[in-house]
Amino acid sequence: MSAAAPPAGTRDPGAGDERLLRTSPLRRLMGRPELGSVVGAVAVFLFFAIVADSFLRAASLSTVLYAASTIGIMAVPVALLMIGGEFDLSAGVMVTSSALVSSMVSYQLTANVWVGVLVSLLVTLAIGVFNGVLLTRTKLPSFIITLGTFLMLTGLNLGFTKLISGTVSTKSIADMEGFSSAKALFASEFTLGDVTIKVTILWWIGLVALATWILLRTRFGNWIFSVGGGPDAARAVGVPVVRTRIGLYMGVAFAAWISGQHLLFSFDVVQSGEGVGNELIYIIAAVIGGCLITGGYGSAIGSAVGALIFGMTSKGIVYAEWNPDWFKFFLGAMLLLATLLNAWVRKRAEATR
Amino acid sequence: MTEPALIELDEVSKYYGNIRALEGVSLEVHAGEITCVLGDNGAGKSTLIKIIAGLHQHDAGSFSIEGEPARLAKPRDALDRGIATVYQDLAVVPLMPVWRNFFLGSEPTKGVGPFKRLDVQLMRETTRTELLRMGIDLRDVDQPIGTLSGGERQCVAIARAVHFGAKVLVLDEPTAALGVKQSGVVLKYVAAARDAGLGVVLITHNPHHAFLVGDRFVLLKRGRMSGSHTKGSVTLDELTRQMAGGSELDDLRHELERASGPGGDDPA
Repeated sequence: MSAAAPPAGTRDPGAGDERLLRTSPLRRLMGRPELGSVVGAVAVFLFFAIVADSFLRAASLSTVLYAASTIGIMAVPVALLMIGGEFDLSAGVMVTSSALVSSMVSYQLTANVWVGVLVSLLVTLAIGVFNGVLLTRTKLPSFIITLGTFLMLTGLNLGFTKLISGTVSTKSIADMEGFSSAKALFASEFTLGDVTIKVTILWWIGLVALATWILLRTRFGNWIFSVGGGPDAARAVGVPVVRTRIGLYMGVAFAAWISGQHLLFSFDVVQSGEGVGNELIYIIAAVIGGCLITGGYGSAIGSAVGALIFGMTSKGIVYAEWNPDWFKFFLGAMLLLATLLNAWVRKRAEATR
Repeated sequence: MTEPALIELDEVSKYYGNIRALEGVSLEVHAGEITCVLGDNGAGKSTLIKIIAGLHQHDAGSFSIEGEPARLAKPRDALDRGIATVYQDLAVVPLMPVWRNFFLGSEPTKGVGPFKRLDVQLMRETTRTELLRMGIDLRDVDQPIGTLSGGERQCVAIARAVHFGAKVLVLDEPTAALGVKQSGVVLKYVAAARDAGLGVVLITHNPHHAFLVGDRFVLLKRGRMSGSHTKGSVTLDELTRQMAGGSELDDLRHELERASGPGGDDPA
């Protein structure tokens, strides 16, 4: 199978070539970037289903899905960015920045919270553009550029919050106009049978579907693969490499805005120091999901599976009544195993053509 | 020639700071002809291509496309004027499937607004038929292009240029990394592109390959033009002599004779 992993089944009929052995559905599956992570997810699921009695309950399921969705929403654009060959270390704190801007603009102007939400969207997208433009102009590694914005945003978050509200967290905006409608969009929940579904899960599914569509079925998707897999070649055949990269950073910013608004409307207040370290978890989810760290290969669905593994592990340890101190160890081991499995699967898939 | 040349370079020069990369080079490319640019390493071949492909701009002299003076700001401009360049690295993305590579940068779409999407079926079928037309029977257009052989990849790149209506095809050392047999195959496709009415610029340091297919020959040496010939007015020996430089010829002949043994180049 291929790097871009177009869905099987769209094969043209009657193009029988005697040199091409019939590819079994299994072999086609093997070539998909997500495969390693799916195997891993099933293993993690079975493991916790066996060791943790309460893991299979409906309530646990919804907790796991919620934990996965908060990571998953960000893992999707981070995965696209990684396929495009770049990192964004500022993604974690950008979520907090987005929430802080929204909260403080609404509170300071005593305006409808939707004003804050929209201003926050613009500001967050601007941060994404800043990352992208700086990267494409200076041609420095994205690791350095976004490490810079990561630190700058961390400082700005804390500095501005203390300057404006006097403490490290924002004032509650729960009694302000428009709060309930914004909460409905970003932080509500509903029940489906016995399971409580948080609205972030819908956002997550929507983003994964949108990103998959973009990657596999649009010109922009083709460009993402090419700027990650061979930027010089992409430029030579007329792909707008700069615009593609800036677009990818704006995608991260957009998801950070969604996550940020969720953060704000589920807790009414925002702690200015939050978000640090999450950027690595997004990257881990993308890598576990089969994204090649050097770019040019991966999928959005894989990032979702990566986020699901993260959710199952973080909550499964609680349900198994283990000391959660061990969580990071498991996450690290999972990352290594997934990467090894991915490498092995891809090698096999390519060797057998 | 009644109609103007597809590409005409007249006394073109290019400087990088105080380095003279190219000085006073002239060449013509006509439809249905192959213009060979010959030169050793560092002769200025790459600089010449970059000017034609729109990666660099010339500093002196004139560059005209179909009789109109031109100055190409970016590769896209060159593509829009019908100049397609196949680089040594082939400008393909190894991890991407053949069909995605074939249409990279010029993807056909269908549908409108948010439902605008790649016409995947058209892309796959066109890739298959276009390659077949060039005589390449690909096993699977879904395989990553990195799994094809060097010659096959070269041919995909040429087929791509031909399909996208290139009037001028610029080939940067298409046979440099290939064995004798594969070189022959690639030269056949170069000739096929010529027969399809394209003007071809063939950059090479192999006079044997150039002589086999070329209609015009431009020799570069240390950034300057050391010779310009048309087919029939020059022999292979003269071409080789001029390329190597008279004094170095004897050494070269020895080398060539030895090299034309097993595993050596095709002595034409």
